[in-house]
Amino acid sequence: MKPSVSTMLHQARERRRLFSPAAWVGVLAIAALLACLPWLNLAFPSGHPLHVSSYAVALLGKFMCYALAALALDLVWGYAGILSLGHGLFFALGGYAHGMYLMRAASVGASGQARLPEFMVFLDWKAYPWYWAFTEHFWYAMLLVALVPGVLAFCFGYFAFRSRIKGVYLSIITQALTYAAMLLFFRNETGFGGNNGFTGFRTLLGFDITAPGTRAGLYWATLAALLGALVLARAVTQSKLGRVLAGVRDAENRLRFLGYEPLGFKLFVWTLSALMCGVAGALYVPQVGIINPGEMSPENSIEMVVWVATGGRGTLVGPIIGAGAVNGLKTWFTSVFPEFWLYVLGLIFILTTLFLPQGIVGLLRRLAGRLSWRKA
Amino acid sequence: MIKRSVLDQAYAMMDEGAGGDATYGHVTPRGVDTSNGVILYLEDITVSFDGFKALNKLSLDIGVGELRCIIGPNGAGKTTMMDVITGKTRPAEGRAYFGQNIDLTRYSESQIAHLGIGRKFQRPTVFEHHTVFDNLELAMRTDKRVGPTLSCALNGAQVDAIGETLALIRLTEHAWRPAGLLSHGQKQWLEIGMLLMQEPQLLLLDEPVAGMTDAETERTGELLNELRGRHSLMVVEHDMDFVAGIAGTGKVTVLHEGAVLAEGTMAQVQTDPRVVEVYLGR
Repeated sequence: MKPSVSTMLHQARERRRLFSPAAWVGVLAIAALLACLPWLNLAFPSGHPLHVSSYAVALLGKFMCYALAALALDLVWGYAGILSLGHGLFFALGGYAHGMYLMRAASVGASGQARLPEFMVFLDWKAYPWYWAFTEHFWYAMLLVALVPGVLAFCFGYFAFRSRIKGVYLSIITQALTYAAMLLFFRNETGFGGNNGFTGFRTLLGFDITAPGTRAGLYWATLAALLGALVLARAVTQSKLGRVLAGVRDAENRLRFLGYEPLGFKLFVWTLSALMCGVAGALYVPQVGIINPGEMSPENSIEMVVWVATGGRGTLVGPIIGAGAVNGLKTWFTSVFPEFWLYVLGLIFILTTLFLPQGIVGLLRRLAGRLSWRKA
Repeated sequence: MIKRSVLDQAYAMMDEGAGGDATYGHVTPRGVDTSNGVILYLEDITVSFDGFKALNKLSLDIGVGELRCIIGPNGAGKTTMMDVITGKTRPAEGRAYFGQNIDLTRYSESQIAHLGIGRKFQRPTVFEHHTVFDNLELAMRTDKRVGPTLSCALNGAQVDAIGETLALIRLTEHAWRPAGLLSHGQKQWLEIGMLLMQEPQLLLLDEPVAGMTDAETERTGELLNELRGRHSLMVVEHDMDFVAGIAGTGKVTVLHEGAVLAEGTMAQVQTDPRVVEVYLGR
């Protein structure tokens, strides 16, 4: 019995739509709830029961940047099976690119004339080096935020994927890449402030960077970026390209026999992921007020992998939840038992791998499945 | 050079008139000329591995739309012959032509796949996490470069083609199940279905019923008979009963020690004393 073409087409479209109506409602409701927080912070005085502390808003803003990075990592790891242990590099590069603009905006003398940042003065430099050119323009800095991680990822990916480097070997190389970049940025002569990095930001587009209104604006920008990235990532993974990527993950050689060249597909998702990660870093820097080479340290990249694994690899929403959950725990733990945090992080990873291979989202799905089974 | 002229001719036949090389992803034009009714033509093929002649002056031809069964004891050269046809192994001597104009010995494996020869390996490899429908969609003959893959949407004609293949391989009810949940036999059919979606003109099936239950074997026989006439098929099989079942009045070729021992209907080869001696009699 062959079902009609229209039935099949309908079934196929049903499965390939962006989100189910219920998922749309859920995503938008949570986004709206999150969007209210800075408003509650601004509208009500502290002490009022509806007031949300500035600390909480800043913390959530930071977590959303992490969530965006985790989402980016999930695109390559969860869908194309490429485990990157170096996504902290793309995050940091986006941060540095935005930081260059913020440093320039902050390096203004008492009478308003532009001067060099202090670390350049210490190096006895008389002018900005060539790669700082135009960074006083916000639009140009934003261009760098996208271009620098994107171009680096494209070049790295081209050579790595063309040589068919896969699995653990690729992971190690990405780890080495971020470590090498960290050492490079630690050097004062590189021109990025050495181990202190960039800090002491004052204004962003003329607004006082510490003002509650600016902070709320950055928070909303981050929320919008996260929501946009979620929709974009979902659109990519629900397309036929997403299914080809999953094919790369599951049986790359079989895909070649079907006439697909995996290189282009891997390169596309790898570059897109790096770009998203760069945007996350660029949103992160003005909110925390500092960027230094520590962001490129291997541990940071590994922590991102833990967020994704904890939340649920290959689910897009999972890594967002995972980034929030792990960082929430980290915030609490580092204030109570700061020296034990790394052990806890390791423990989370081990427990997730052993008992929650599909992460938090997998657990929720299992519970939901059990509930509906009991009902039936 | 033959290679050049075939490609030029093939590109000239393309509606879009796109140029470039025969690379991954493009919908490769088919330039095979079968006007004299022959889809595959092997002549005096010799392949030797360290002096051992896996194929020894093998000559064989298959007509358009024919279902040809190839049998023979282990080591008769059946798999090596498929390797030669698909470009995996180069013959030391002899000629291998696809249609009457394409010299297969000049093309790589992926080029031969694009030219229209599909091969099913013994062990099925389907995308286990994808649904049956998605497996067929991935295999479908279309532009397989990154951009078109990202932007393409299924249209009615494509769904129709997938639906037809689903019905043919009897997996319509399983269309939305992950392929990993299928039985071994169903995976084999899905694999055949994926081959069909690539619209090959010649299908090479290497032991399609290996590891199947009796019911699955019987069903596979029916499936291959449905394909007879629509595609040219070459079936290599150990299972004599299966071959006797699907061959019908069609030709069966018996290979022995790298050469054709006998050729004819199943009834003819079964009574051939040489065949009885080397294979059937044992």
